[in-house]
Amino acid sequence: MYEILEKVAFSDVTTMLVVKAPEVARKAQAGEFVIVRIDDKGERIPLTIADFDREAGTITIILQEVGKSTLQMGAMQVGDAFANFVGPLGHATEIEKLGSVVCVGGGVGIAPIYPIARALKNGGNHVISIIGARDKDLLFWEDKMREASHELVVCTDDGSYGRKALVTAPLKEILEERGDEIKRVWAIGPGIMMKFVALTTEPFGVKTIVSLNTIMVDGTGMCGGCRVQLKEGAKFVCVDGPEFDAHQVDWELLLARQRFYEEEEQRALEHYRSLLQVETAQS
Amino acid sequence: MAELTIKERRQIQRHPMLAQEPAERRTNFSEVALGYRLEQAIAEANRCLSCKKPPCVAGCPVEVDIPDFIVALRNGDLDESLRILKSKNSLPAICGRVCPQETQCEIVCVLAKKAEPVAIGRLERFIADWDLERGAETPAVAAPTGRKVAIIGAGPAGLTCAADLAKAGHKVTVFEALHDPGGVLVYGIPEFRLPKDVVFAEVGCLERMGVEFVSDAVIGKLYTIDELLDEKGYDAVFIGSGAGLPSFLRVPGVNYNGVMSANEFLTRVNLMKGYQFPEYDTPVKVGRKVAVIGAGNVAMDAARSALRLGHLWAERTGGEPTVVHIVYRRSPAEVPARAEEVHHAGEEGVIFDFLTNPVELYGDENGNLCGMRCIRMELGEPDDSGRRRPIPIEGSEFDMDVDVVVVALGTSPNPLVFHNADELERTKWGTVKVVDETTGLTTKDRVWAGGDVVTGAATVISAMGAGKSAATDIHRFLMDSDR
Ligand SMILES: Cc1cc2nc3c(=O)[nH]c(=O)nc-3n(C[C@H](O)[C@H](O)[C@H](O)COP(=O)(O)OP(=O)(O)OC[C@H]3O[C@@H](n4cnc5c(N)ncnc54)[C@H](O)[C@@H]3O)c2cc1C
Ligand SMILES: Cc1cc2nc3c(=O)[nH]c(=O)nc-3n(C[C@H](O)[C@H](O)[C@H](O)COP(=O)(O)OP(=O)(O)OC[C@H]3O[C@@H](n4cnc5c(N)ncnc54)[C@H](O)[C@@H]3O)c2cc1C
Ligand code: SF4
Ligand code: FES
Repeated sequence: MYEILEKVAFSDVTTMLVVKAPEVARKAQAGEFVIVRIDDKGERIPLTIADFDREAGTITIILQEVGKSTLQMGAMQVGDAFANFVGPLGHATEIEKLGSVVCVGGGVGIAPIYPIARALKNGGNHVISIIGARDKDLLFWEDKMREASHELVVCTDDGSYGRKALVTAPLKEILEERGDEIKRVWAIGPGIMMKFVALTTEPFGVKTIVSLNTIMVDGTGMCGGCRVQLKEGAKFVCVDGPEFDAHQVDWELLLARQRFYEEEEQRALEHYRSLLQVETAQS
Repeated sequence: MAELTIKERRQIQRHPMLAQEPAERRTNFSEVALGYRLEQAIAEANRCLSCKKPPCVAGCPVEVDIPDFIVALRNGDLDESLRILKSKNSLPAICGRVCPQETQCEIVCVLAKKAEPVAIGRLERFIADWDLERGAETPAVAAPTGRKVAIIGAGPAGLTCAADLAKAGHKVTVFEALHDPGGVLVYGIPEFRLPKDVVFAEVGCLERMGVEFVSDAVIGKLYTIDELLDEKGYDAVFIGSGAGLPSFLRVPGVNYNGVMSANEFLTRVNLMKGYQFPEYDTPVKVGRKVAVIGAGNVAMDAARSALRLGHLWAERTGGEPTVVHIVYRRSPAEVPARAEEVHHAGEEGVIFDFLTNPVELYGDENGNLCGMRCIRMELGEPDDSGRRRPIPIEGSEFDMDVDVVVVALGTSPNPLVFHNADELERTKWGTVKVVDETTGLTTKDRVWAGGDVVTGAATVISAMGAGKSAATDIHRFLMDSDR
């Protein structure tokens, strides 16, 4: 069992959990992910390693409540434990000294972009970061991102905090102003955001790396459920990624594949809510 | 009771095994074959002629002393029967259910020349189930040797190797990537053919023998093989990581929603218990019209699972049950699956399309699979495998209405485990090269391998055989005083 040592609610729907997993922490690197299972009936849920502490033997995950499993995780408390915690999975981000780079984090994607920005900064790059969310409540880690970056732009869709814009707007301006300087862009967030980041950077010819969040089962290359279509052929996100060249990705197919289980996800949520009601009624 | 004569034994008919009726069993995931009762088992055991040079033993990849365990059984000494069985086969309840006896021990049984062979597999299962029912005896373990062995993968190869090394007194740790031990036995082979409780009971027996199981341990990521040997202090490593990497169709449209590997489909159904969704969290798509591509055991399991999901869905919603096709490019004569599985699938209502091959998959505007174009085939000259090569018949294309396609076209070893293990040579098929086939020793010092990771997708019993011979050699190596 993997115990939760610390819990911080960033908003109603965003939660940070620090989990005791010393063996995973020993190996963890920026860009990798874990697969967790709440209990014996649980799904295998992929979550990015948002931070790690080798000495304390902990892994930090940040989750956004979007469905049954993430909702249930959000309700877990310090002292509760995950039945399973597999990792580190996927390839770590390749950190090179490139010059100026841009890191874009949207929504819960701020969590995984943070260790990458930090590693890039430590690796001697000039890091410009852009973080964004639907509204003020959904933003988090502005302080950590500021520390991990040389420049930081904060925006919200509704203007409730920072600049009122989608992350692609400041990104475009930066590319227009100093496109030649920008050697690479990293973007992590909802599929749709990553797609538009890819479309924004493509005309400037700036190599763009995204971390894909396809539906997964095993996370070890065994099922192929996580496959993504690149120009060069199909790849498995869990073992070949999760980072890929954004300009290679077939985004329409990726977005469609994320929707495949919509109907079942809805049913799972209703089932969970009905169980909760029974529980409350009994207590 | 006087001993039966040979003639009398030959006159006894093979005893059928109780099974759920097709119409009933396709609406549930419970075991299809229900096993013998004691009287039936003894009556079947009475058919064995106790041959002096029993061909059945030679037909068994681990050389179980078949006539001996059968004689002990018919004499009512079930303890002795079990002891004989377990001395060669540490997982008899599993083998009794999934071994292809019809091509191994039973095909060579002397009775098979004139009549039906002794039902060796059913007798094996009977004895093993009797043992599990009484809580399973824990085999004796030798005094600790102080040596440590790491086993990678908890499939039949790894479990067998672990059992034999534990019996010899070594400290054994099994590292498994998934959350449950069993390998294909838990993620691939469905509950209705091999109840998971049977697998867990066998694993429980190993735990009582002192074998430690570490789940969630993806070797190559969490630890490399070198780390196990050098940092973690294991004296030897056995790789039994199987052949878990799926092959996909090479036709346009394979990435539409609804096209999945048999590994994904079966893992969702079996390991994740998708047939009990939403009580269990993991969903699995229940197709209305399903096509399974291929005709091996994996394809049969996928087709029969899809059929059951469809009937459960129909019960819940009042809709029409799912129609399931097996699409295979060769003819019935080349079908690689066990005859019994093909027969069961047919009885349950799976439709077989032989000499048919997919050429393209179609999707709708949402990216969901909505059709499959196929072409008819005919058989030409024999190919490398000795089977007649299927050739497309020009102009014979036709469209099939499908919403789920499950691809069961074989698997190869997952390379994850080999990360940073360069001395470990592999073949061009991705399988591990062994320097000695009888021991499974690899090109890397102190590392052995066996099962599907060496042979490519094969059988449970061959994986067990490989685990066993590796254990013998590892034991020899560990006890070698000059080491
Ligand atoms: C490599 C990787 C890293 C990830 N890292 C994080 C992370 O750090 N924090 C985090 O909160 N989430 C992360 N995700 C996404 C997370 O796994 C899903 O949100 C989660 O599986 C949803 O489960 P659920 O049961 O709560 O919701 P479900 O009921 O399964 O889904 C509810 C809704 O979420 C959408 N959804 C489902 N799966 C995904 C997905 N994989 N990506 C995007 N939307 C999805 C569905 O379309 C649906 O609308 C990651 C995914 C991958 C593959
Ligand atoms: C659906 C299906 C039906 C079948 N039906 C039959 C049948 O009826 N009769 C029969 O004889 N055979 C059957 N087979 C074949 C048989 O199951 C296999 O040949 C056998 O299981 C191989 O055993 P193994 O121990 O080599 O590997 P596996 O059973 O594949 O076990 C390997 C284990 O290693 C784990 N692993 C892999 N990589 C790593 C890693 N890096 N770190 C840690 N662990 C790892 C895997 O998760 C897995 O648990 C079937 C196969 C399938 C897929
Ligand atoms: S070959 Fe048949 S009859 Fe002879 S010992 Fe084996 S099972 Fe008995
Ligand atoms: S999640 Fe199964 S192969 Fe990637």
